[in-house]
Amino acid sequence: MTLVIFFPFYPTYICSINKPINRLKMKIVLRNIVVVLSLMLVACGGKEEKKKEGFSVDRAKTLEKTTESPAVTNAVSASERVDLDNKGVGPIKSVTLSPEIDAEMAKKGEEVYSQMCMACHRVDKKFIGPAPTGILKRRSPEWVMNMILNPEVMVKEDPLAKELMAEFNGAPMANQGLTEEQARNVLEYFRTLD
Amino acid sequence: MSLHFLKKITINISTMKKYSFYLAAILGSILLLTGCGNQNGKASSDGALASNNAEKVYVAPGEHDEFYAFMSGGYSGNVTVYGLPSGRMFKEIPVFSQFPTNGYGYSEETKPMLETSFGFIPADDSHHPDISQTNGELDGRWLFINGNNTPRIARIDLKTFETAEIIEVPNSAGNHSSSYITENSEYVVAGTRFSVPIPQRDMPIKDYKGNFKGALSFISVEPETGRMDIKFQLIMPGFNYDLSHPGRGKSHGWFFFTTYNTEEANSLLEVNASQNDKDFIAAVNWKKIEEYVENGGGTMVPANYTHNVYSDETHSATSTMKKEVLTVDPTKVPGAIFFMPTPKSPHGVDVSPSGDYIIGNGKLSADLTAFSFDKMIAAIEGEKFDGEAYGLPILKFEDVLGGTVKSGGLGPLHTEFDGEGNAYTTFFISSEVVKWKLGTWEVIDRKPTFYSVGHCMIPGGNSRKPFGKYLISLNKITKDRYLPTGPELEHSAQLYDISGDKMELIYDFPTHGEPHYAAAIPASILAPKSQKIYKLAENEHPFATKNVSEARIVREGNEVHVYMAMIRSHFTPDNIEGIKVGDKVYFHITNHEQDFDVPHGFMMIGQKNSGLLIMPGQTKTSVWEPKQEGVWPFYCTDFCSALHQEMQGYIRVSPANSKIDLSWSLGE
Ligand SMILES: [Cu+2]
Repeated sequence: MTLVIFFPFYPTYICSINKPINRLKMKIVLRNIVVVLSLMLVACGGKEEKKKEGFSVDRAKTLEKTTESPAVTNAVSASERVDLDNKGVGPIKSVTLSPEIDAEMAKKGEEVYSQMCMACHRVDKKFIGPAPTGILKRRSPEWVMNMILNPEVMVKEDPLAKELMAEFNGAPMANQGLTEEQARNVLEYFRTLD
Repeated sequence: MSLHFLKKITINISTMKKYSFYLAAILGSILLLTGCGNQNGKASSDGALASNNAEKVYVAPGEHDEFYAFMSGGYSGNVTVYGLPSGRMFKEIPVFSQFPTNGYGYSEETKPMLETSFGFIPADDSHHPDISQTNGELDGRWLFINGNNTPRIARIDLKTFETAEIIEVPNSAGNHSSSYITENSEYVVAGTRFSVPIPQRDMPIKDYKGNFKGALSFISVEPETGRMDIKFQLIMPGFNYDLSHPGRGKSHGWFFFTTYNTEEANSLLEVNASQNDKDFIAAVNWKKIEEYVENGGGTMVPANYTHNVYSDETHSATSTMKKEVLTVDPTKVPGAIFFMPTPKSPHGVDVSPSGDYIIGNGKLSADLTAFSFDKMIAAIEGEKFDGEAYGLPILKFEDVLGGTVKSGGLGPLHTEFDGEGNAYTTFFISSEVVKWKLGTWEVIDRKPTFYSVGHCMIPGGNSRKPFGKYLISLNKITKDRYLPTGPELEHSAQLYDISGDKMELIYDFPTHGEPHYAAAIPASILAPKSQKIYKLAENEHPFATKNVSEARIVREGNEVHVYMAMIRSHFTPDNIEGIKVGDKVYFHITNHEQDFDVPHGFMMIGQKNSGLLIMPGQTKTSVWEPKQEGVWPFYCTDFCSALHQEMQGYIRVSPANSKIDLSWSLGE
């Protein structure tokens, strides 16, 4: 029975070996290869098949994200690019920043950030997603807040957010259900990170 | 052997299978058509009618159903949630049984939910769900259901659709005339089916008669929180108490229980419990007894029963053993309990929406008996009794009879109401639903069921305000209704449109386990308040990791506590070293998602309990006891993002005497 399920895929992965495919699909295919190959080992006891297994593992590295990113032509990666005019897509149309950082807001923002965001965004190093340090030198306050409050739409409709998602391996920005006030406080906290 | 060769073989096998399958299906349908003619309720050649019915049950992709239906799972011990009219199953709610799908009864947090005075019990037989009411109308706050085998009552929170509380019922056995609620949810009532020695003791079975007793338990429901507590147990004569229903409207304050085996036989009940021409419906004035116990009446007796409560804040359950229960001797409360003689081993006892009539469904009789509440009160006030049983007055059948429905059916089991003055009774033996009119007792319509219907259900059918649009028959026998699946089949349900004069069978769908009864409510009452996530900030779990910076591992002797966080798509930490053979590793995992429908799962190789499915903001704990040295993986079991396959980690397990320190990391 298992054989019946897996073998129909066989022609697909043979063809796809030399073609760019997205990582997810590739992983599924890889898994199937492994399963099929191991089944074959059981079925045929063939030693030469082992080489193929090694080959498919090697391949994983060389294919990495040269394929899906629409940003390949851009010299500067999406995370490094400066775009202060783009306000993004979402509920935040305009934010006025006070000349001085509001320390109390920033403190509240830091609390929210450390609970809701830090699993993916470390303060000053690229992790699952980009680091917030210096973010306001590259992005408008509106864009930052819309990315926090409206990530599902941003990664579909905002070209920069879309590119960022590709740059970060397709990891989705989670909607952590922050209120506008919480997001504003997080923004104030980001002002303290230079 | 070449690959192509293998491929060929498999294709041949699969085509062969396909052909023989179609062949069997065609042959099967020919046989069915010729065998049963058009008596099987299948869409007939009348295409117009069939497509009309199809429209009635069709809920277009993305559209929602009009009703939620909660079906008991019978021997699954759980509750399933369906949509009506589509018959689509939305969820199985684990209640009395361990549920590996999400870890209920396996996780450290939920194990206490299944604690009883008999110890940890992994399964039960759930029977009769009932939705909480305010002023006799469904309020949709809680769903109650009984565990029949190890007597318990559960309360399900209809915001989270999770089991919130379970209370064990002492002195009970076969908790069957349960779990029906009064019209302001003052009490959820649990009656025993089997009478037993109270208190339990070692005695000859043959001495049953006169010595065994039947406990009817009135469990109070705290109006704000829903918390249950046994207010009193009525210690009744040793009959079998089969089903019950509350009075409503004018009969509010009374509760009615059917009895059988008033012969008090202790063996071969199939014959010996069917000797009396009539059994009883016990009418219990619970307001009077409540008053009696509030004035200090009743006897507190030693008992052992658990009270298990789940908290949405700590995401954990606690189990408390209760040590005493208040019992009431019914003969000590004059004017509170009366017996109404009812033909032939009645099963259901059902009260009309106005509270005027109490319907006895004598399952070995052809007729239905409707008692009049007004006549019952008049007979009680006139003290016109027809003898007594164990000191409790028996009313004269003729004095309390409101009417008889000459149904023409066989084996009436249960009656529901539509709010338009009609009643619908299921007949097990003749496999049909009969519609009849309250007051005139005339039969209006009858439709076959497929097959051998037990209970039926109309949304709100056990309330002052039923929503009489659909009726579901819950059938005991499935046979040929669906594609065969070997010897074991799920039970079938049929959906009838009851909005017109005549009932119309419009749909047929399989259920899960054995739904003995169901309760349904308009989606408009429940859906808007259905909870979407648990707030991480409000998580009070003692082992929660609310901030990834708090992720850590703590060793206490050979117990190791892993404080772990998860979010799309990684665990913090995901590399762990310093675990040793013989350790007992507790994974306390907190899901940091705060978005609707982003659970993550957890499984660890060699784990001897189920995996976990953790909702956003929730913490759950699983224990793993490594037995072998090596490097062992764990992973997320719920496809959570495009990088789900990457959501994994490793644990290095060293020998018991190893000197390797605990360490953990992510991305280093
Ligand atoms: Cu996951």
